[in-house]
Amino acid sequence: MADKPKIKLAVYWGAACGGCCVSVLDVHESLFTVVEHADLVFWPIALDVKYKDVEEMPDGNIDITLFNGAVRTSENEHMAKLLRKKSKILIAYGSCAHMGGIPGLANFSNKEEIFKRVYETSESIDNPNKVFPATETEVKEGKLTLPKFYNDVMTLNQVVDVDYYLPGCPPQTERLVEVFMAVVTGATLPPKGSVIGVFDRVQCDDCKRKKSDKKGITKFYRAWEVVDDGETCLNEQGILCMGPATRGGCGVRCVEGNAPCRGCYGPMEGIPDPGAKMMSAIASMLEGKEQDEIDKAIESVVDPAGTFYRFSLPGSILRRKQK
Amino acid sequence: MQSTVNNNENWTPRIVAFFCNWCTYTASDLAGVSRLRYAPSTRVIRVMCSGRIDPEFIMESFAKGADGVLIGGCHPGDCHYSEGNYKCLRRFTLMQKYAEQMGIEKDRLRLEWISASEGKKLQEVVNDMTDHIRKLGPSKIKEVVETIVK
Ligand code: SF4
Ligand code: SF4
Ligand code: SF4
Ligand code: FES
Repeated sequence: MADKPKIKLAVYWGAACGGCCVSVLDVHESLFTVVEHADLVFWPIALDVKYKDVEEMPDGNIDITLFNGAVRTSENEHMAKLLRKKSKILIAYGSCAHMGGIPGLANFSNKEEIFKRVYETSESIDNPNKVFPATETEVKEGKLTLPKFYNDVMTLNQVVDVDYYLPGCPPQTERLVEVFMAVVTGATLPPKGSVIGVFDRVQCDDCKRKKSDKKGITKFYRAWEVVDDGETCLNEQGILCMGPATRGGCGVRCVEGNAPCRGCYGPMEGIPDPGAKMMSAIASMLEGKEQDEIDKAIESVVDPAGTFYRFSLPGSILRRKQK
Repeated sequence: MQSTVNNNENWTPRIVAFFCNWCTYTASDLAGVSRLRYAPSTRVIRVMCSGRIDPEFIMESFAKGADGVLIGGCHPGDCHYSEGNYKCLRRFTLMQKYAEQMGIEKDRLRLEWISASEGKKLQEVVNDMTDHIRKLGPSKIKEVVETIVK
């Protein structure tokens, strides 16, 4: 394979936590295989390549870009568009780029509220002159600029055309290596727009916990209110688990670690809204028939919107909280 | 379609109504043959059971411009598939909580048990819901869903 030209690979972060970039590093010794087959041409967390260098590349110069993070600022948007132009294959890498992810929870709020909280009312802030970040500030040395902070958080495909989605917060590294090797070996790629690096089954199908057909749940508990027995399905113990509405791919890694699935792998193929699916699933698992029993059970689901859309609010049907 | 007239008598809200085939849908037929007049606000979608109504249908209705969503099913104990309406009630209750968190006014979403013989109840429910929504004015959900604000 030595005479084969190396694949040009870029990794970029938008509104991200850094975890996705670290997950790429987590390929450990496979990194040597990656480096054997690929040149990393742009990766801000690891390489000193400037935006300007990317701008100077010919269009379509990069073979694959893994774009992680949501789009929340004008800088994120600019880079998404630039990398789209420069890349043959653009992959939305991780839950944030796929569905909005954790930063997407800001769609329960808006720019004004966020700025007020962060720069004015937060307990650790002392800002008597109400100085807020501005896109342009004149100082005697000249003009200082900052990217614009948008009102809404967007998924990558709300801004540019995306070839593939590789979900997870962050994606399971083995899945990335599989996808990468498929490209390297010239395997036929799935149709454009596919979610890749996932299984065709829900988390529960891979989960080793004991499950019964009749869940018969009357109440959900916060994690600290119950002691998990370590072997029964978490939902059956009243610990809310997104497994039934979440696509496999991670190896149920949270439940393996005795924590409920939070849904970062997103919904199954053809399901446009992960929360809708989970609401249906919960309604089937509860057993109450009278309104007051049902009210009590639903009351124990403390934050349905934040729980069912923890990784997917901007990519969900309703996209954000109403103004 | 764009609703331009705000909050007045000339504006008729658009209510997407998911009616169970065995009860509420038949009730709406009965209301028709009995010449019970009610507001021309509903667009009825017949489903085989209220238990078939996925929360996704409700979200899609709002996202595509409904001013309200009305669900009609068989009375408790009367579901033809025995438990569909209980499932519907649980989904609905959860959906209400979600809708509130999403900033959707409570009156835009309603569930009623209306049997095949209750044409009169259907008339009252539709009129009452229409009045409530008229007070709220046209829904802005579609606009919010479609307009990303930078
Ligand atoms: S998907 Fe998760 S790990 Fe990746 S950037 Fe977003 S928050 Fe971080
Ligand atoms: S709900 Fe969670 S704990 Fe239960 S089987 Fe599914 S993944 Fe496992
Ligand atoms: S178990 Fe669920 S939350 Fe945890 S990594 Fe897998 S999909 Fe994500
Ligand atoms: S058949 Fe009418 S609600 Fe189930």
